[in-house]
Amino acid sequence: MTQLASIASTPATRAAPYDLEGLRAQFPILGLRIGDAPLAYLDNGASSQMPQPVIDRLVHYQRAEHANIHRGVHYLSETATAAFEGARRKVQRFLNAAEECEIIFTRGTTDALNLVMHGFGRAYIGEGDEIIVSTLEHHSNIVPWQMLCQERGCHLRVIPCNDRGELLLEAYAELLGPRTRLVAITHVSNALGSISPLREVIDLAHARGVPVLVDGAQAVAHIPVDVQALDCDFYCFSGHKLYGPTGIGVLYGKAALLEKMQPYQGGGDMILSVSFEKTIYNVIPHKFEAGTPPIAAAIGLGAAIDFVTGVGIERAADWEATLLDYATEQLSQLPGVRLVGTAQHKASVLSFVLAGVHPHDVGTVLNEAGVAVRTGHHCAQPVMQRFGLPATVRASFALYNRLDEVDQLVGGLQRVARLFA
Amino acid sequence: MDSRQLYQEMILDHNKRPRNFGRLPQPSHHAEGVNPLCGDHIELTLDVHEGVIREIAFEGESCAICKASASMMTGQVRGKRLEDARALVQAFRDMAVGGLHPASGPHELGRLTVFSGVRDLPSRVKCAVLPWHTLQAAVSGEALATTEGVQDPQF
Repeated sequence: MTQLASIASTPATRAAPYDLEGLRAQFPILGLRIGDAPLAYLDNGASSQMPQPVIDRLVHYQRAEHANIHRGVHYLSETATAAFEGARRKVQRFLNAAEECEIIFTRGTTDALNLVMHGFGRAYIGEGDEIIVSTLEHHSNIVPWQMLCQERGCHLRVIPCNDRGELLLEAYAELLGPRTRLVAITHVSNALGSISPLREVIDLAHARGVPVLVDGAQAVAHIPVDVQALDCDFYCFSGHKLYGPTGIGVLYGKAALLEKMQPYQGGGDMILSVSFEKTIYNVIPHKFEAGTPPIAAAIGLGAAIDFVTGVGIERAADWEATLLDYATEQLSQLPGVRLVGTAQHKASVLSFVLAGVHPHDVGTVLNEAGVAVRTGHHCAQPVMQRFGLPATVRASFALYNRLDEVDQLVGGLQRVARLFA
Repeated sequence: MDSRQLYQEMILDHNKRPRNFGRLPQPSHHAEGVNPLCGDHIELTLDVHEGVIREIAFEGESCAICKASASMMTGQVRGKRLEDARALVQAFRDMAVGGLHPASGPHELGRLTVFSGVRDLPSRVKCAVLPWHTLQAAVSGEALATTEGVQDPQF
């Protein structure tokens, strides 16, 4: 153990490409203590924390701008509508979408995926057709398609991965066939951190005229996304993994596709006119936004995008890569630690198991060391099955994490090892 | 709370060397228990004769709390009448969710009170009670028990 203590020293040579302490000071929650230990929040893959400017934006909206949108002619309704639609433009610029109407606000990534299943899948995928997903998907990009398969008699085809957690493109090319109607794939694996080879995936699909849906929940905070350069047909993400609030997410879709899709939910705001004889749906994006949306959360997401683009996604990614490399080095040297997911291209996630100790027990002991990690199957049971594990421990990094938080994780793991020795 | 309070020696020992681990060849009762939250999975096999649990075994993949709980449970209920086992299930559940304080009155829990620490850890209560839910299911003729829907006043 003395040898372990010596390797867990922080290298002073590695520094963030921005004022890390100044940035951390903007996240009040990072100052918490858990019992005697400072909080080391390494569960950003599940949900990231919110900086003061986003909190302030939510409070200001609630104190001075709130009314229902797209309805009233009064001051507050117009102010709220302008702020809500302003947030949509921020998302449009963030993803570099061609048009504002291609940005649909949803409750989150899961809601966005279900919207595509309903609006596109139910309208255009039928008996004998095929949908391609990958082994690395989160349950939310598996289950909606299974529901469609059950309902319509279509089939799910799964892109396998190798032992490092990298998708096998040759196998993918063979799965693409005359009955393939959609490829639904993650950008970054939530359980392993593998970055999918989207360029190749999209080009191969488009060569056959097949649209591609990208689950970007784990990607947007860590990789710059340009939906026009990617040429993906759908892209979705959640606000709360991008330093914004829960309850808000985004579906980007190419306008031509969104136009021909059927609405997701019926209700107010998604119609142009209603009579008992005939109802005419509203134009996109409103056709897909029935009912009063989470207005404050959408505006908060806009503020989060301002915040994160202010830091710069590339600079954040640089620093997160340093954190990931350092953590990978340190954990590789701990006896009994097996890293799960060692893809060449990874973002932000370090999944591992400790020999002889169940991940839940690891998580409980780490919590006492102030370290917050995710333990379990990460809503990605097929990934766990692929690696023959019931669960893993997952540390996931954000732009505000420090190298000494990795040291705190290592110290916590040494405590686990001693307890279960 | 300190991890030594939760992971007491007895729990660590049962985790490392679980008793009655395996499955009975021809069980009269059987149930599977799953905790969908963490993927814990255990299987109980029982041999019940004339209302008495003659033999009981468990196997599966789970965390230390769940495994130790299952191991100690098998030791405690073997030889017990079904109604006594059911009462013990109830007492254990009451202790785990905090309703029953081992120090405050008479109970049949005995050494099982080493698990009383879980009531301070809401996320781990389900780990400790999964084997007991599974036992309840097995003796009630149900094939599957899950910790979903466990009433926990701390959530």
